[in-house]
Amino acid sequence: MPEQISKESIVVRLAGDSGDGVQLMGSQFIASTALSGDDFSTFPDFPAEIRAPVGTTFGVSAYQMNIGVNPITTAGDTPDILAAFNPAALKVSLPLLKSGALLIVNNDSFTGRNLTKAGYTEDPRETGELDTYQVISVDIGRLNLEAVKPFGLSKSDGGRCKNFWALGLLMWMFDRDLSPIEDWISKKFVNKDIVRDANLAALHAGHAYGETAELSEAIPRFDIATAELPAGEYRGITGAEALSLGLAAAGELADRPVLFCSYPITPASPLLHRLSRFNELGVGTFQAEDEIAAICAAIGASYGGAIGVTSSSGPGIALKTEAIGLAVNAELPLVIVNSQRGGPSTGLPTKTEQSDLYQAVYGRNGDTPIPVIAARSPGDCFFAAIEATRIALRHMTPVMLLSDGYISNAAEPWRIPDMNDIEPIEINAAPEPDDARDSQAMPFERNPETHGRPWITPGMPNLMHRLGGLEKDFVTGNISYDADNHQRMTDMRAAKVASVGKFIPRQTMELGDDEGELLVIGWGSTYGPIFQAVQQARQTNTNVSFAHLRYLHPLPENLGKLIGNFNQLLVPEMNMGQLSTVLRDQLGSDPTPLCKVTGQPYQIAELFEKIRSMLPSAAVSASSPGAKGEWR
Amino acid sequence: MSAVLSAKDFATSQEVRWCPGCGDYAILKVVTKTLAEVGAKPEKTVFISGIGCASRFPYYVETYGFHTIHGRAPAIATGLKLANPDLDIWVVTGDGDGLSIGGNHLLHALRRNVGLKILLFNNEIYGLTKGQYSPTSRPGTRSPSSPSGSIDAPLSAGQFAFGSGAKFFARAIDTDKAGLGEVLKEAHAFDGASFTEIFQNCIVYNEDVFADFTDRKSAAETQLCLQHGEPMLFGADKEKGIHFNPDTFSLDIVDAVADPGKVLQHDVANKVVAQLLVELTAPVALGIIYKSPADSFEKSWYRAHKNGLKRTGSVSDALHSTNTWTVI
Repeated sequence: MPEQISKESIVVRLAGDSGDGVQLMGSQFIASTALSGDDFSTFPDFPAEIRAPVGTTFGVSAYQMNIGVNPITTAGDTPDILAAFNPAALKVSLPLLKSGALLIVNNDSFTGRNLTKAGYTEDPRETGELDTYQVISVDIGRLNLEAVKPFGLSKSDGGRCKNFWALGLLMWMFDRDLSPIEDWISKKFVNKDIVRDANLAALHAGHAYGETAELSEAIPRFDIATAELPAGEYRGITGAEALSLGLAAAGELADRPVLFCSYPITPASPLLHRLSRFNELGVGTFQAEDEIAAICAAIGASYGGAIGVTSSSGPGIALKTEAIGLAVNAELPLVIVNSQRGGPSTGLPTKTEQSDLYQAVYGRNGDTPIPVIAARSPGDCFFAAIEATRIALRHMTPVMLLSDGYISNAAEPWRIPDMNDIEPIEINAAPEPDDARDSQAMPFERNPETHGRPWITPGMPNLMHRLGGLEKDFVTGNISYDADNHQRMTDMRAAKVASVGKFIPRQTMELGDDEGELLVIGWGSTYGPIFQAVQQARQTNTNVSFAHLRYLHPLPENLGKLIGNFNQLLVPEMNMGQLSTVLRDQLGSDPTPLCKVTGQPYQIAELFEKIRSMLPSAAVSASSPGAKGEWR
Repeated sequence: MSAVLSAKDFATSQEVRWCPGCGDYAILKVVTKTLAEVGAKPEKTVFISGIGCASRFPYYVETYGFHTIHGRAPAIATGLKLANPDLDIWVVTGDGDGLSIGGNHLLHALRRNVGLKILLFNNEIYGLTKGQYSPTSRPGTRSPSSPSGSIDAPLSAGQFAFGSGAKFFARAIDTDKAGLGEVLKEAHAFDGASFTEIFQNCIVYNEDVFADFTDRKSAAETQLCLQHGEPMLFGADKEKGIHFNPDTFSLDIVDAVADPGKVLQHDVANKVVAQLLVELTAPVALGIIYKSPADSFEKSWYRAHKNGLKRTGSVSDALHSTNTWTVI
């Protein structure tokens, strides 16, 4: 029998050509992992090209997953297992591995031609380059073709099944039940019997290979400890799924339809795809002709009484900017989702970054403030979407919700919330028509606490009024170029956004005390690695705390005081220090920025090193919780 | 509310701020009159505009109104129409707003056939920004930004409409109350995107640019007023007719008295002839040039969205409608 290795958590990276089906293989493995009760976090890492030239390093698509005992909040710094489908995938992934890692390579892809395309002059399997790893060479291509031969597929069609062959082997290594994947294949290829049967055969052949192959002595099996997650019903969820469900939930909580108007852009498009299937949840979608039309249609929808939502990534948000100003001026609710990616310009479409914070907080003509909030993790997108909608409807304002490419595509296990536990969303109801009053002025009778105006929409009798982008009179809403009125209106718009601060929770600590030596502040998707790094640091020095911001504009009202309770402030971000600037600007704080814009999420180790260097007693030993020790 | 409304009931208290003598006044008058005549309900009627002189229009109509941003009115109107397809939505735009900065949105509103009544006030000039040449200006137009004459080839609203797949295209002159009123009624009744080009005189920056065919004295000779099913005749005694020349695939002028059989009969559904009609310059074709009903975008959209925007399922069910597992 092969050895069985027990581990608390393990990091697995699958890498191949962008056409190899690596993303599908990863997500299917995770689906079964979820059902077996492990905590997990994933990181799909793929190129911008749909089908980059076969065999090249820039065409490598990878799926990294960290599974095991909770809390797993990142996809892991360094993989313990790498499955490489071709030499290019090996070349790109090798630098990420620690010595001793297990390498499964697809033997028959190591042809002279593929080696050359990957930039190898010699076969790395023969140069000693892989000596520090445990290498298992498997003829995945050949064995797969043998398995699917009875179905009469062409060589290229048969070859497409190899991800399921490899998945079968992986499932054997982790002792996972094949039935959820069998069900998925049967559903997916319901009208394609041959493809269905071939994929099932490949899956079973890979699984059987682990069990029976002569090599199986060399293939380790893993027994991953089951996570101790809080009790409840769980599902796996990606950020895009959670955000879509959150928007639908916001519609249900406000009892209004949701109209999602968007233009395709990476990495935001999955929201449009998911919401297009949510019609029965009162959601409509409109694929507009461009980014500007998308936000304008969403504004039109809000003007008509639906919850208008638009979504894009940085370049598209830039195009929407003028229209955001219109929604501010017209005092209409609107949710704008930015799934951030690397910039500037087209930048790095498939890589993650947090560099649109300035754009969100400051990026408009005129004094045009809007509330800005951010999601921290895939599951958190659900609650962030509800909160963004709640603010938009309460204050009658556009709200920017920041997500990013990492959160959108990453998956984690998620405790399904009970909708009954979530407060309904109140709207600023339209007044009863009153002939004694001026219908033009009634839409501008604002709530003194929220500055939100009644949501009067076309179709309501006797409340007809004119609205627009020109400055309007505070009381009547008619066009006004009056100097004092413009000051008053500008003050009102600022007060409106500031008033959001009265309704949001006080900032609390994720880890540590409310005072001490070092406070680490994060926002958005850096939550996972910062949490782990601070937790590690606290094992030897409890003088470090961690606060994570949901609300970026306005900031929680107690944040300045909290920051004042610490001697040092560290702000790690996947940008060149944008939250640091905002904290300096809004609170007069003096943060130490930690900046990284490599298109990759933070590793725990790099954050840990920085935290350690800032703490007076530096006697802390580094160890990544995603890779606790070697297995041999 | 069942009282019959008059044109006056559709006027707001706002002082109208176009230049004295602007063609927009005449259009406003005919639009409010038309609203009264078609029995429009003020609360169900919305005017949406972009930016420009024409786009001030919503402030002056006692209905719902939204003066938006430059060029984007069709997009905002599309979102509103999807949110509430029962509304009667008019889009008011100009040659700069609709054919320059907002060309893309107008194109897509037309090809989707969104149920909007789009009025394009064409004065061949940028008025609000003080007189620069516009995308419909004729070559050689002298303006602050083209002191030695503009060099751009002008865009034809009619050709644009057909290129965009418009299902309704009509033309009228600002001061022609009867002709404009007739066109507006048909535009209003059309289920889909109706696109009406109104030749509008800018008295300050482009005065009389259309005078060659709008002058009442010579109108009989210079205007071809189209009526569905009627022969295409013009001239003081309707003695001239439009003839389709099969050798050149173009429209000729023929002697209608001598050769009545050669005169084309106007068929609003004939797209080929309609595309030739919009190219005529002497005479200029006016009235309903093309009309070919098709499913409106909102109709198709609500067909695709089977539940409309009604909630029939629950989010709670959706949250659980995948593989789940329970942790005890």
